Amino acid sequence: MTELDNNRLAWIYTEMLRIREFEERVKRSFEEHPGVIRGHTHLADGAEASIVGSIATLKPGDQLTATYRCHGYPLALGTDPKAMMAEIYGRTGGLCGGYGGSMHLVDPERGFLGTSGIVGQGIPHATGAAWAAQIRKRGQVVLSFFGDGASKQGAFAEALNIASLWKLPIVYVMENNSYNVVTRVEQEDANAAAGEPLAVKAKAFSMPGVTVDGGDPLAVYDVVGTAVQRARVGDGPTLVESKVYRLSAHGNIIAPPGVPLHYPEHEAIEVFGNHEEYAAALRGDPVPRFRVRLIEDGVLSAEQADAIASEVRDEMQAAVDFGLASPLPAAERALDHVYA
Amino acid sequence: MSHEIPYIAAIGEAIQLEMARDEDVLYFGQNIATTENDEFLKAFGSDRVRVTPISETAEIGMAIGAALAGLRPVVELYMAEFMLVAMNQVVNEAPRFRYMSGGRVKVPLVLKAGYGFTAGWAGQHTGSIYGMFTGVPGLKVVLPSTAADAKGLMATAIRDDNPVCYFHHYLLTLEHGEVPDGEYLVPFGQAAIRREGGDVTIVATGYMVDKALAAAESLAAEGISAEVIDPRTLVPLDIETILTSVEKTGRLVLVDQATRYGSPAAAIAADVAEYGFSSLKAPIKQVTALDATIAYSEPMEAFVLPDEAKISAAVHQTLGSAPVAA
Repeated sequence: MTELDNNRLAWIYTEMLRIREFEERVKRSFEEHPGVIRGHTHLADGAEASIVGSIATLKPGDQLTATYRCHGYPLALGTDPKAMMAEIYGRTGGLCGGYGGSMHLVDPERGFLGTSGIVGQGIPHATGAAWAAQIRKRGQVVLSFFGDGASKQGAFAEALNIASLWKLPIVYVMENNSYNVVTRVEQEDANAAAGEPLAVKAKAFSMPGVTVDGGDPLAVYDVVGTAVQRARVGDGPTLVESKVYRLSAHGNIIAPPGVPLHYPEHEAIEVFGNHEEYAAALRGDPVPRFRVRLIEDGVLSAEQADAIASEVRDEMQAAVDFGLASPLPAAERALDHVYA
Repeated sequence: MSHEIPYIAAIGEAIQLEMARDEDVLYFGQNIATTENDEFLKAFGSDRVRVTPISETAEIGMAIGAALAGLRPVVELYMAEFMLVAMNQVVNEAPRFRYMSGGRVKVPLVLKAGYGFTAGWAGQHTGSIYGMFTGVPGLKVVLPSTAADAKGLMATAIRDDNPVCYFHHYLLTLEHGEVPDGEYLVPFGQAAIRREGGDVTIVATGYMVDKALAAAESLAAEGISAEVIDPRTLVPLDIETILTSVEKTGRLVLVDQATRYGSPAAAIAADVAEYGFSSLKAPIKQVTALDATIAYSEPMEAFVLPDEAKISAAVHQTLGSAPVAA
């Protein structure tokens, strides 16, 4: 892979911080601005290194799809966090005008083709986009992001079979956070139960399968980058299992209107009572971990890292302010966009 | 100028012409283009024409992805029931993307599927299941009944910027008809008045259009003048043409091969009851399939399906008259 210069390393750190800060502001919105966020949100805190390390391998014109846990990708692609927060608040200034909300961010101009809120169902969408890329022969690559739970959906098997058969330019990035909502992966995955990595699933589709520490952006960059290069030259898809630890619960509580929404404790604690697992995850938090590394390697000084963090805090405060100030849509606009 | 070809060939002609006209149009699915002699493969190459595994979720899901990326896929699904394997992609993915994005993306694709193969195909390959899709905002639903419409509606479906479910009737496959040469488009949302009449309006879809026309011919011999309307597209539905006809005739018989409570006839009846009530001189009659799975054995299969006699009987009921003994 191309060596990352100091500017690029600082960019990776900045993007990781932006995702973390954005997600913390989404989470804090439930307390600071009750009722502003409706329905369900899903945060990417803990997956920042995996997201940014993956997206750092892309070139202009490349594309990606993701899941309902979708706030991280557009931030790293350059989507305006003001428009994203306004979307999560259901406002006219939102990225999608308030039609989609937290689970359905999309920014086609930056290559983010969309998300499915239904587990596993976006995998064929990415695969179809990769077919389009193959037909157009412009060297485009598509990244398909999904979770470990999605790998038990038929859509996963069907799409990976065709992608390998047709040598499509796609990389499947499975973010394995060890939990399907509140079910542990060993409880629902035969490979995990047998003590094998989930990347072995690739063997069934005759494509490479690689497991990587998703908490290390440079390891992710290396593994996804190799897979992207393989896809770009026409050698076909790769399944990357990126092992991450989601630091928040699956989502905010599911409750009918009238019950204030909030984020419960992570399932390790809330459901399984496993405080040590969660404490270990916090000790391995990818964001401070990468900060320490960059400072040790002389890429950034502590003062520079602090300055980045300060700028990011200001940027996300402005996103919250913009979202709150943006008006709610006129009700009758609900009938727009049903058909093109 | 026109030429006479079978209904199924008219569909293929439209796909061929659209693929020649627009290089973004793709055609793929199960059991097509498996040899180099395939006419689509020869004409358009293996980038745009591909056989797929038996993987409906991937086929339809990939069509959505290719459409999001700017192409116009036509998915060959063979039988409408195969869509049920991929119901999430049809109902909860394809028609949602444009809306959820606030209009930032579009999903132009065509799902081509045969239906209603009531010729001994038993319970799982004979359904008239389009009613499952007509209530899904964002989907369009097309039901051609003639070779010319089969061509013109397919061409329009491919050029439409929305997901379109194109349902062709298996029993019409080899029915010949005059088809206009060259580019031919039939607009969505414009019903065809197949026969004009003043005593009763018969609205029939798909294969039932011919049955309704046959019934109208017999009724004419009894001095009853029936108007026969073919909506051609269920979404968008040309309710105006139906209401205008009912205003003239005062009587409405709805004929559909779908089961009664899963039939678009029920929605048309509701619209006419709501918006055309003052025109009605008699209760609306629905001649649909009876609410049962289609049996394999012929007498049982025929028993549940609408036919010419059932249509004529319904017309007589709306007129308060007795059928003339044969």
